[in-house]
Amino acid sequence: MRDNLLRMAKMRFPILLVVNGEEHELEIDPRRTLLQTLREELELGGTHLGCDSGDCGACTVLLDGEPAPSCLVLAADCDGRAIVTVEGLLQNGEPHAVQKALVAQGGIQCGYCTPGIVVSSVALLRANPNPNEAEVREAIAGNLCRCTGYQKIVEAVLAAAK
Amino acid sequence: MKPFEFFKPATIGDASKILADYGREGRALAGGTDLLIRMKRGQWTPRAVVSLNRIAALRAMEMNGELQLGARVTLGEIIRSAEARGQFPVLARTASKMAGVQVRSLATVGGNLCNASPSADMAPPLIALGARADIAGRDHERILPLEDFFVGPGQNALVPGEILRAIFIPRPADGFFCSYVKLEHREAMDIAIAGVAVSAQLAKSAAEIRNCLDVRIVLGAVAPVPRRAKRAEEILRGNDLTRERIQEAARLAASEAQPIDDVRGSAWYRRQMIEVLTRRQLLALMTAPL
Repeated sequence: MRDNLLRMAKMRFPILLVVNGEEHELEIDPRRTLLQTLREELELGGTHLGCDSGDCGACTVLLDGEPAPSCLVLAADCDGRAIVTVEGLLQNGEPHAVQKALVAQGGIQCGYCTPGIVVSSVALLRANPNPNEAEVREAIAGNLCRCTGYQKIVEAVLAAAK
Repeated sequence: MKPFEFFKPATIGDASKILADYGREGRALAGGTDLLIRMKRGQWTPRAVVSLNRIAALRAMEMNGELQLGARVTLGEIIRSAEARGQFPVLARTASKMAGVQVRSLATVGGNLCNASPSADMAPPLIALGARADIAGRDHERILPLEDFFVGPGQNALVPGEILRAIFIPRPADGFFCSYVKLEHREAMDIAIAGVAVSAQLAKSAAEIRNCLDVRIVLGAVAPVPRRAKRAEEILRGNDLTRERIQEAARLAASEAQPIDDVRGSAWYRRQMIEVLTRRQLLALMTAPL
């Protein structure tokens, strides 16, 4: 029993990571976060590193459909879970309706928080296609934006819902 | 982060064995929203991290006469659960006041309790609901009233190898009310300055008078552990709810708090707010629909 348990604990941990529908077999250091693995191993740079402590939302991805900060998840703990990054939200090769609305409504300034805002908003619209303003604000309360003051972001998400 | 061995066992028994083997150098991983932050900062440097995320039994939420809430259930799952919203609205409301949507997808009720922060939001309402901690060890199990689960700031009653398996919450009878109010600087992503949970089993003693058959008042973020204001409870229990009695109970609750000064608020302010939060919730009970 003990031997079996020890075999499970390797310093390089084998995982199957399912990202944007594609399977990746990786051997990773268990210390690597999902965020680091997405950016550095899979070269998916759309998911941004902000606070590295779950407070800013820049690293938000969909984990089994739910928005979650990828900086607070160990990649080794994501074996077999469905992960969607901002790169996986294209619709027929085009930006997602939320992305188009953010551009059209001026909801993007420096753009650093934008991928996290997009992922959180898409998660909201999938669960609730017709949110009111309060529901939009609640959905992005964990996404910090230091440029826009949020108003144009909220307007964009509401516009995308239409 | 310092190197560690990573385990992802499929059963509570295996997880318990590994945690027992590593003793104080092993850490259980549930949502990771506290653990990973402390490991990144170097505050915790476990030699073994044991993920509980393959153990299906920890994720169950079942109503069997009482609610059996798996320790690995996330705050997001509580908010969306029909059981929690219907029978235990205070739990869904409390979870929705914690962190933000993204963190709530990861953070678990068991993690919130096991980390034993004095300001852990899940603790006061669960204690007010009369919850018990269902604990599994290497070759034993035990059940502890939740109020006895907290030993000190960051310290719970688990010994190495023990795992918090579930929280058992009695089904409320007719006339039972429970609420929790969290005072915070902003509505999301914030930690309580002070929090008070109040539960009461009420009966009509006259047309407009409510008798308090039983009551619990639980204070959060104002003592080393979530703490019941037992003297305040005592003057209400078995008595009719009157404004005078409620004023006195709120004053007693404030006197039972042991707050500290910190960045979120002064001890003086916290004590004042305990009185206000307690009084408001008790006053609301005077007109509770029976």
